[in-house]
Amino acid sequence: MILDLEKFTLRRQKVWNELDEILKELEKDPAARMNLEKIKRFHNLYQRTAADLSSLQSFACAPELRQHLESLVARGVGEIQGSTRSVRLLSGLGAWRLGSIPAAFQRRLGAFRLAVAAMLLGVLFGGALLLLDSDTKRCVLPFGNLAGSPSKRVAKEEAGVNKSLERQKLVFSSQLMTNNIKVAILCLALGVTFGIGTLVLLFYNGVILGVVALDYLRAGQAAFLFGWLLPHGSIEIPAFLIAGQAGLVLGGAMLGMQSSSTLTERLRNVSSDIVTLVSGTALLLVWAGIVEAFFSQYHEPVIPYGLKIAFGIAELLALFVFLARTGQRGPRACVESQD
Amino acid sequence: MRSHRTKSIAIRTPEGVVFSLHAAGPISRFLACLIDLSCVFAAISLVSRIVQIVAALNYQVGLTLYVLAAFIISIGYTIGFEWFWRGQTVGKRLLGLRVVDEGGLRLKLDQIVIRNLLRFVDSFPLFYLLGGIICVISPKGQRMGDLAANTIVVRNPEIIAPNLQELIPDKYNSLREYPVLAARLRRSISAEEAFLALRALLRRDELEPPARISVFNELAAHFKALVKFPPEALESIADERYVRNVMDIVFRDR
Repeated sequence: MILDLEKFTLRRQKVWNELDEILKELEKDPAARMNLEKIKRFHNLYQRTAADLSSLQSFACAPELRQHLESLVARGVGEIQGSTRSVRLLSGLGAWRLGSIPAAFQRRLGAFRLAVAAMLLGVLFGGALLLLDSDTKRCVLPFGNLAGSPSKRVAKEEAGVNKSLERQKLVFSSQLMTNNIKVAILCLALGVTFGIGTLVLLFYNGVILGVVALDYLRAGQAAFLFGWLLPHGSIEIPAFLIAGQAGLVLGGAMLGMQSSSTLTERLRNVSSDIVTLVSGTALLLVWAGIVEAFFSQYHEPVIPYGLKIAFGIAELLALFVFLARTGQRGPRACVESQD
Repeated sequence: MRSHRTKSIAIRTPEGVVFSLHAAGPISRFLACLIDLSCVFAAISLVSRIVQIVAALNYQVGLTLYVLAAFIISIGYTIGFEWFWRGQTVGKRLLGLRVVDEGGLRLKLDQIVIRNLLRFVDSFPLFYLLGGIICVISPKGQRMGDLAANTIVVRNPEIIAPNLQELIPDKYNSLREYPVLAARLRRSISAEEAFLALRALLRRDELEPPARISVFNELAAHFKALVKFPPEALESIADERYVRNVMDIVFRDR
């Protein structure tokens, strides 16, 4: 049977045009709200258009008209079935509470533990490598200033030879922030390799940390090491671990072990937490960048190591309290755990 | 002209109505990406000009602003545009592409952020090679970022409701002088045949003249074989005109 296309179009055009107008209004302003009457009308128009599309699919084949109706129905579905009306970006950011970070952190604690384990394993492996072969650090360490003798570096830093940084603290700080955030994003993004890439990156960072730490400890420079690393490292390292946590949450959702949900559902369940965790990481790394450029690079006699270590420990405690306690007051989302 | 290799994604609404989205090909996506990269470079260049003024007063502050602005632009460009333009960036808009939710739902900010952060992996080892390969292999034309964010990039052509009046002008139709034969013709033509003829009329301008003559000759011969009209009804009517007259009978029930 073939539909009388002209009569069909003439009879229905008004409905399609009205639906198109409402959709355009909604698309123009993502935060727009409709009153009850308008919602009813919109739903009615959508259902009539969907029915028209259905008739067209059953009978006549008019590809352009069908495409037009498909486009209207697709846009209508998005508006009706989409979870909520989106808010404006700025007001959305305003509504985003700091408490959502620890809440997401605690929901995905298993992934965080796995990230910590991967990094610790790397630390132990790096330390073991250095014990077995002193040349390890030349192969493993990416930065030239770390590959030299720890004692010589400490003597140089304490003598205040490295004065070039003095004039470039602001630029150095911004470079640290952007570079660290890029690495953290990479750590998250590698989660798409079922978490394997994230684990490798965490392990590799652990190896570097292990080699550097043991190298300085063996040289008897423990005070310098902790005074230098703790002020920014107490925030920077947990920030990387949280980025790793986000990557592992993504990897876990992709794997979907012991889950009856589809991949689409699993990814939808974790997307909000992943974005929250990576946002938290970025915030922490901004702070770590400032501390590293303006505080960590000053050594004795300018700032006593005891003070720097105390500052680092205080930061770590504050972060621990924030992640452990604040989240308990935050909303517990009823999402399926993918950890 | 639509490629036959275009991937279509059929979506069934809760009402049971099926509609399809046509996934964008890797070439058009790559071109859109190049346009977007140009926009990013242009924006960064513009910022550097402004920052030069600040740097003249304080070099360190100027350089810091430049480092931060370049970073924010390179990360935030696609996220910002895809959010404000509902799945489109400048490149995608110019090439008629749009990012949509895989299930046809509203695109959420989370999805936009995830698909754009995962560019870091898709761009491995260079020029989006990994993302491009996965996009070609993937049944829905998704790169890794799209897979993780449940999104697809679709072609977003400007769809205008078809104008039947233009397609089949309401002119004198000699076949209508024979209502019984016209009714028989209407019954004899299947939906598929009607679809084929309508498509030929819609795309006539895309065909070279010899190809156009050949197509309409074959269609006219087929329809003439279905119902035989008296010779006077077909007098001095070209094959294309004959097909238009047949479509007029099929789609206009007077």
